[in-house]
Amino acid sequence: MTATDPNAFSQSSSAEQHFSSDLSGRYRLDNIFRIASWVATVTALVVLAFLLIDVLIDGIPRLDWQFITSFPSRSAERAGILAPLVGTIWLLFVTALFAFPIGVGAGIFLEEFAGDNLFARILEVNIGNLAAVPSIIYGLLGLAVFVRVFLPITGGRTVFSAGLTLALLILPVIIVATREALRAVPSSLRQAGMALGATRWQTVREHVLPQAFPGILTGTILALSRAIGETAPLIVIGAQTFVPFVPSFRGTGFSALPIQIFNWVGRPQAEFHVNAAAGIIVLMIVLVAMNATAIYLRNRFQAEKM
Amino acid sequence: MTTSQLPDSPQNSGLWQPNRQLSKSMELLAKIVFGAFGLVSIATTIGIVLTLIFETFLFFQEVPIWNFLTDTQWTPLFTNSQYGIIVLISATFLTSFIALIVAMPMGILAAVCLSEYAPSGLRKWLKPALEILAGVPTVVFGYFALFFVSPILETFVPGLRPFNGLSAGIVLGIAILPTIASLSEDAIYAVPQSLRQGSYALGATKRETVTNVVLPAALSGIVASFILGIARAVGETMIVTIAAGQNPRLTLDPRVPIQTMTSFIVQVAKGDAPTGSIEFITIFAVGMTLFLITLVLNAFSFWFVGRFREKYE
Amino acid sequence: MQTNPSTAVGAGTTFHVAQANYYYGSFLAVSNVNLDIPERKITAFIGPSGCGKSTVLRCFNRLNDLIPGAHVEGTIQYRGVDLYDKSVDATELRRRIGMVFQKPNPFPKSIYENIAFGARINGYKGDMDELVERSLRKAALWEEVKDKLKESGLSISGGQQQRLCIARAIAIEPEVLLMDEPCSALDPISTLRVEDLMHELKEQFTIVIVTHNMQQASRVSDMTAFYNAQATEKGGKQGYLVEYAPTQTIFNNPAQQATQDYVSGRFG
Repeated sequence: MTATDPNAFSQSSSAEQHFSSDLSGRYRLDNIFRIASWVATVTALVVLAFLLIDVLIDGIPRLDWQFITSFPSRSAERAGILAPLVGTIWLLFVTALFAFPIGVGAGIFLEEFAGDNLFARILEVNIGNLAAVPSIIYGLLGLAVFVRVFLPITGGRTVFSAGLTLALLILPVIIVATREALRAVPSSLRQAGMALGATRWQTVREHVLPQAFPGILTGTILALSRAIGETAPLIVIGAQTFVPFVPSFRGTGFSALPIQIFNWVGRPQAEFHVNAAAGIIVLMIVLVAMNATAIYLRNRFQAEKM
Repeated sequence: MTTSQLPDSPQNSGLWQPNRQLSKSMELLAKIVFGAFGLVSIATTIGIVLTLIFETFLFFQEVPIWNFLTDTQWTPLFTNSQYGIIVLISATFLTSFIALIVAMPMGILAAVCLSEYAPSGLRKWLKPALEILAGVPTVVFGYFALFFVSPILETFVPGLRPFNGLSAGIVLGIAILPTIASLSEDAIYAVPQSLRQGSYALGATKRETVTNVVLPAALSGIVASFILGIARAVGETMIVTIAAGQNPRLTLDPRVPIQTMTSFIVQVAKGDAPTGSIEFITIFAVGMTLFLITLVLNAFSFWFVGRFREKYE
Repeated sequence: MQTNPSTAVGAGTTFHVAQANYYYGSFLAVSNVNLDIPERKITAFIGPSGCGKSTVLRCFNRLNDLIPGAHVEGTIQYRGVDLYDKSVDATELRRRIGMVFQKPNPFPKSIYENIAFGARINGYKGDMDELVERSLRKAALWEEVKDKLKESGLSISGGQQQRLCIARAIAIEPEVLLMDEPCSALDPISTLRVEDLMHELKEQFTIVIVTHNMQQASRVSDMTAFYNAQATEKGGKQGYLVEYAPTQTIFNNPAQQATQDYVSGRFG
C-alpha cells in the first residue's frame, strides 16, 4: 500500500507516546485478508466452471437425436431419455398446477389479509420451519400420504403423487417469493385504492397483484426449477428407472431426468456414465431455460419500474 | 350495515348504486380461500409429523428403542438385523463436518468479497453466478464427486477408496457454499454504511473494520446462514448416496465407504420394500431422526437470531 | 517551530484550503474553496442542503476516499502537509482527525468496547480502563453509564449515543474533531449538552462542525463559512463557498447579500 512516513505531520500533542500503530503490519494483514476473500470467491466459480466443463466433455459426444427419442435399454448405446424427459415435463406441469395457486394464495393471505394474529404468526414460523426440512422427508410424506392413503385418487406411484409431493416441497419458497413481491408494492397504492371505496380484495386484485405479478412469477419459476432437479423425494415415492413407454398422469410407472441420471451413475459400466453426463446436459438445458426466463422477467419488471 | 348510518348523499344518488354486499362477500370469500391455502402449509407440517410418528411407533414395536440408540451395528437388511442409528448418524456427521470445514470459511470470505471488495459492477455478475451454483441439482454434484473429485483425491490421499466420505463431504461443502455465501452477504450488506464510516474515522483499516465491526454486526444473519447450511448438509441425499457409498459402518475415517441416514433411505426405497415390512418402517424411523435433528437446528437458529439481532433504526 | 517552511501558513492554522475543487467522478460538487481553519477554535459550516459543506468536511479526514470516483483538486493542507500527498496515510490521518456523524452510530458492541476499539487497533499502550473512563468523563457521559459499561452501545438514548460517539472519537487522542451535523437527530436538551461539551472540548481540539441550525452556529462557533448551491445545466447542484469570516461578522454584518439573506432566514 502507500509508503507511509510516520513523521509526515508535525506533533502538537503527546499522543504519539501513547499510540504505536504498526501500520505496515496492519496493512499486510489487510492484504492477506483481501486476497483470501478473492481466492474463496474465485475458487467457488472455478469449481462451477470445472463441473460444467467436466460434464460437457463427458456428455456432448453422446448427445444426439437418438438419445432424446429413445426408451431405456440394456445397452448404453441404444438407451435414451424420452420417458424421463416426458416425466420431468409432466412433473413440471403438475407441480406448477398445485403449487402456484396455493402458494400465491397463501402469500396474499399472509401479506394482505392476515394482519398480526396468532394464526398468521403460527403460519409464519411454520413456513420458516418447512423451508429447512430435507427434501427426502417430503418424499416420506408423499409415500405415506399420496401413494398409500390417497391411492384411489392418485393411483399410487404416479406422476400425480410425485407432482403433489414436489408442490408441497416448493410451497414455502413460493409463499415467501409472493410475500416479497407484494411487499415491494408501495402501500400508497393500497391506500389510493381503498380511499376510492374499494375493498381490500378489490384493491389487491386490481392494483397490487398486477404490480407484483412479475416478481411472483420469477420466484415461482425459480422454485419450479428447484423442484425439477430434485431426486431424493422421487426415489422415495417410487420413480422407476426402466420405463419403456411415455408416462401418463395417473399411470403406474414414471421416471424423471434426475432419476435416470442417478441410475446411470450407479451402473458399473463406463458407457452408462457417459449417458449420465449427456442426461445431465439435457437437465441443465431445461434448468438454464427456466432460469433465463426468470431473469428475463425480473429485468423487464425492473426496467418498467424505472 | 354501517353505510346506513351515514346521511344520504344529496344529489345523483340514483347513479351510484355499488353492490356493497357483493364486494363484501367476495372479500370474505378471498380471505377464506386464501386462508385455507395457508392451512395447506400447516397441514404439510402436521402430515410430516404424524406420518413419521405413526411409522416410527410401529418401528419401535419391532425394535426396542434402547437397541436403536445403543447398538453399534446397522444391519437391518440382514437376517441377524441390528439397528444402531449411531452408525448412520456418525456418517452423516462426518460428511456434514467435512462440508462445513469447506463451506463456512469459504462462504464467509466470499460474502465479504462480494459486499466489501468487489466493485459494484462485478458484484452484479458474481452474485447471480453464485446463485447458479446453488441451483445445480445435487445429482449433478454427485456425478462430479464420484467421477471428478474422487479420482483427483486418490492421487494424493493414500488409501482412498472410490466411494468415500471425503470427496462426498468436500462436494457437499461446495453445494452448500452458495447458500451460506448468499445469505451471509445479505446480512453483511445490510449493515449500515454509517458503522463502517464510524470505524474508518477512528483510523481502522478495511480489514479491521470488516472483522471488528461489520461481521459482528451481521453475526445473527451469518449464524443463521451457517445453521441453514448445516441443515442442508445433514439432509442432503444424492451427493452422499452417489459418492460416499452404501456401507454402514461406525467410523470417522473419511477415506472409506460409509452410509448416511439419507442414503440408507434411498437404498431401501430403491428396492421397492413392501408396505408395512420392517425395512419399510425403518426408513421412517431414520427419517424421524433426521427430522428431529433439523428441527433442533432450526429452533437454535430462531433462538439465536431473536437473541442477537441488532436493530438499526 | 512546527510549520513547513515551504508554505505561507501561519502557526495556529490547522487546515489550509486554497482553490480546492471537489469532484465525484466528473461531477464538480464544490468549487473554489479557500479557507484557513484556526487551531483550537470552532469553525462552523452553514448553508442550504446540497451546498457541499459535508463534502468539504469529509475531505479533511479523507473519508471521501471510500467513495469510488471522489477526488479533490487544489491545495488542502493539514498543519502544512498536503493531505493528499502520497506519503500521507489515510488510516494514520484518521487516527489524528476524529469524526462525529450526523446520526449516532455506535458499534453493536458494549459501551466499553465502543471506546476501547479505536484505541486497541491503534496500538494504545496505556491503561484501557482508565482511558475509557477519562474519555467518557470528557464527553460528560461517565456518570450516566458507569454502571452499565458492559451493556450494548445501542441500549442508551439517542443523545447518550451521540456523546458515546464523541467519547469514542476523543479516546484516540485526535488533534481535530470533525462534526457532521452532530445534533440533527437529537432533541433540544441533548443538543444543549453536546453544545456545552463542544465549548469544553475546544480547549484541546480544533473543531469543525457542519450544521443546518443557524442558531447553533451562532451559539458555538468562532468562525463561520457560508456555502451556497447553484443549479447546474444537468439538473444537479454545485456548491461553492460564499463567505468565510468570524461568526460575529457573518451574522451581523456580512459582506455578501446572499449571506445576509440566508442568516436572516429569507431562504434555505
